[in-house]
Amino acid sequence: MSDQPQTVTAPGAAGHLLERARWAARAYASYSASDVERIVRAVADVAHAHAEKYAEWAVRETGFGVVEHKVRKNQACSRGIVDAYAGDDFVTPRVRIDDKIVEVPRPAGVVLALTPSTNPVATVFFKVILALLTRNAVVVSPHPMAKECCHDAARLLARAAVEAGAPDGIVQSIAEPTIPLVEALMGDARTNVILATGGTGVVRAAYSSGNPAIGVGPGNVPVLVDATADVRAAARRIVESKAFDNSVLCTNESVLIAEEAVADQLVREMERAGAAMLSADDAQRLRDSMFPQGRLDVDVVGKDAAWIAQRAGIRVGPRTKVLVAPFDTAVPEEPLTHEKLSPVLGLIRVPDASTGIATARAIIRIAGAGHSAAIHSADPGTVMRYAAEVPVLRVSVNVGNSTGGSGLDTNLAPTMTIGTGFVGRSALGENLQPKHLVNWTRIAYNSDPAEAMPAYAGLSPWPDHHAPVPAYPVPSNDERAPRSHTPAHVDALVDRIGARAGAGGVSAGDAAFREQVRRLVVEELSHLIKG
Amino acid sequence: MHDYDAFSFDSKAEMLEKSAHYWNPDKTRFWSDSGIDLVIDRREGYLLWDMDGRRLIDVHLNGGTYNLGHRNPEVVAAVKKAMDRFDVGNHHFPSLGRTALAEALVESAPAGLTKVAYASGGGEAIDIALKSARHAMQKRKIVSIVKAYHGHTGLAVATGDDRFAKLFLADRPEEFPQVPFNDLDAMEQALRGRDVAAVIMETIPATYGFPLPDPGYLEAVKALCERYDALYIADEVQTGLMRTGELWGITKHGIEPDILVSGKGLSGGIYPIAAVLLSERAGAWLHEDGFGHISTFGGAELGCVAALTTLEITQRPEVRSMVHYIADRVGTGLREVQAQYPDWFVGIRQNGVVLGLEFAHPEGAKYVMRQLYELGVWAIFSTLDPRVLQYKPGILMTPDLVEELLDRTALAIGRAAADPALSRRRAS
Repeated sequence: MSDQPQTVTAPGAAGHLLERARWAARAYASYSASDVERIVRAVADVAHAHAEKYAEWAVRETGFGVVEHKVRKNQACSRGIVDAYAGDDFVTPRVRIDDKIVEVPRPAGVVLALTPSTNPVATVFFKVILALLTRNAVVVSPHPMAKECCHDAARLLARAAVEAGAPDGIVQSIAEPTIPLVEALMGDARTNVILATGGTGVVRAAYSSGNPAIGVGPGNVPVLVDATADVRAAARRIVESKAFDNSVLCTNESVLIAEEAVADQLVREMERAGAAMLSADDAQRLRDSMFPQGRLDVDVVGKDAAWIAQRAGIRVGPRTKVLVAPFDTAVPEEPLTHEKLSPVLGLIRVPDASTGIATARAIIRIAGAGHSAAIHSADPGTVMRYAAEVPVLRVSVNVGNSTGGSGLDTNLAPTMTIGTGFVGRSALGENLQPKHLVNWTRIAYNSDPAEAMPAYAGLSPWPDHHAPVPAYPVPSNDERAPRSHTPAHVDALVDRIGARAGAGGVSAGDAAFREQVRRLVVEELSHLIKG
Repeated sequence: MHDYDAFSFDSKAEMLEKSAHYWNPDKTRFWSDSGIDLVIDRREGYLLWDMDGRRLIDVHLNGGTYNLGHRNPEVVAAVKKAMDRFDVGNHHFPSLGRTALAEALVESAPAGLTKVAYASGGGEAIDIALKSARHAMQKRKIVSIVKAYHGHTGLAVATGDDRFAKLFLADRPEEFPQVPFNDLDAMEQALRGRDVAAVIMETIPATYGFPLPDPGYLEAVKALCERYDALYIADEVQTGLMRTGELWGITKHGIEPDILVSGKGLSGGIYPIAAVLLSERAGAWLHEDGFGHISTFGGAELGCVAALTTLEITQRPEVRSMVHYIADRVGTGLREVQAQYPDWFVGIRQNGVVLGLEFAHPEGAKYVMRQLYELGVWAIFSTLDPRVLQYKPGILMTPDLVEELLDRTALAIGRAAADPALSRRRAS
């Protein structure tokens, strides 16, 4: 074996953060399914209970997005995620009797979770819960623009996890993220997998780090409305989706491609739903304002439509939710074909569905490969051609794409991290989900029928955990203190309840019973604390 | 040829010969006779390499000096950088480094400790502590523990085992009475005359094999000190700096000592420094005559930088958590080994990563030490109780190294148990 630590690049305290995470990951990898369920539930509950607080905080700190929509994302990424995976077990070994294979889960270890400025706390919730579901330790590295709300949220989840019995240090976060520090954390051999959500730069850096990485490319979502669509419903869905969180999600629609036959009706319906259709002159004003020197001015990211219009010198009604800017040619030098991260939707008219599909291909050629596209259509043939020809890995149909591609309003895996696959320079082609953070050791028997596989059902190598991990280092001769140390107030409660129950005929000295009561009390207390 | 830039040796044999000839014949011979032919060459983290290239995991740490590992990169970087501006400094004047470190130490310490005096090593620091106590209390007697170890300087050596005090005719039993460890009656007896300036206690006596204070013992000693008007000096040289899972071991007992002494690990193993933390009462001489204790190298400013960096690293919440994990894993692992050899491996004394392993033979630890050495682990027996092996994992040990250490330890303990020489002696 090597005498040198492999690649220790994270300096000082940051390195120790990874080292602590490694200890925590080792401990947590031996937790049972019921331990994990209890911990994940506790963390999701506390996250859910604080959805509003962090939605407000994130908008205040970053200036991006809409509080009420961030509340929804925070809720979806806390209890929502846990409910979505309620039936899934990433802990108990799986027995495949017919294949004579038993699969034993092996967590990744230390997950380095990079979170973006646009979906800051929702992504923290999401990645932390994914890591906890799969018995990983997680180190959150927030985007510097959102570091305060994310760090605070991560610490809250860390406390909730440990209160519920998770190992100390299972959730940690970086208080002062800087580019060199994050690069050092990514390159350090103590990081087992990087989950990179953010700009292209950070994703490429993750893949260059030498460590396993799941990084995803940017979106630039085309949405095609063909002549068979329910135009009214499509209009409403597109406007709502485009307005969702002021369009900071990578799944928000970027370019609307309308088949000429229904385009006028679509525009009218969209105006009714809160969109403002810009004239060619106003569209130019908007280009000049939003894309100085042809590049997106990040000041508009996540701002509302009225703010953006006013800055561009365009008059719109006060209740305008989305600005629709028409353009004619889907080529890279047209700024409106690029990702906008704001409630501005490019609109291009096409004579037929085939041209629409070709136009969507053109949009994706400019940016957003492997990400998402949407279509509003009643014709499965068109949908199939669209999916086959446009190089994206998810096509949402007859639904707003912001919540469609991210699985909140479709049955895709609910996620804050959209895999863009090989075509989008990513190792991940699906929506990021718990299964991506765990490997399975496969016990494989001789396939010869003469060699039988014995029964494995019910065999689990993971015991339940009821005491803090690690145990507090009490001196080994101190019998007053139990080896597993529980806060004094819990012990006092246990004694009181135990004495009461003892009077009812159960022996209060019974260790198993006491343990059960202790667990109940700890759970109850943690609920109280979470309020 | 072994070339070390500033000097070189043709071979290890030549080196050992010269070591005996020019340096310390008895010490050189002692290790050869003990079957430990170690000449430490390369060193990094918790690993040592002998001159002949053999790799050893270090769980001796020279009494905790290498608590943060050998040549800890952060400490090395800080001292290297400091050398572009600082040297040892001039002890006559207010000093940048000493002041900054003093503030950091006081902030880290139990309440009531407000001043810092510096030494160049632990023995001198103990001398400062004893002198401070005598000045403050205007009494001469210092009570210590039988088999205590506080260093080899003028006063410190008198508080320790006879072996070192008598060698240099430095034993002064009338001024330095000793009482058995964990014996409160004896302690009270010693204090009852109200003529004692201070009781000096290692929080866990290291060289005696880390016998743990009985629960409540140290607290009761502190109470006796208060009753009989003596100061309590906590020698935290081996129990400080997070080795018990808290920065200062004494705080786990809820004790606010009048004086606290730190050394060894405080240097980061890079630049010698030791410190005495004093209460206002114990540090009264600093108001009266600030030149009362002079030490040219005490609190050398480069050492202050090493110590500041060491303190910062040691106080990280991540590091505290890691120590708890290491202590937990090592304790669990050793108990598993003990279950295999219950008649041989008879005791585990543990507080954090301070461990004494007891074996059922008057010199049992020497046998285990030799087997460990053969198996690539360096741990030392307790000089004053060779039944007990001092086993001191570092506070930054990685999970993999801890597991490797436990594997090697299990093998060594098993081999020592089967050592024919040992069974012969046990039988006799």
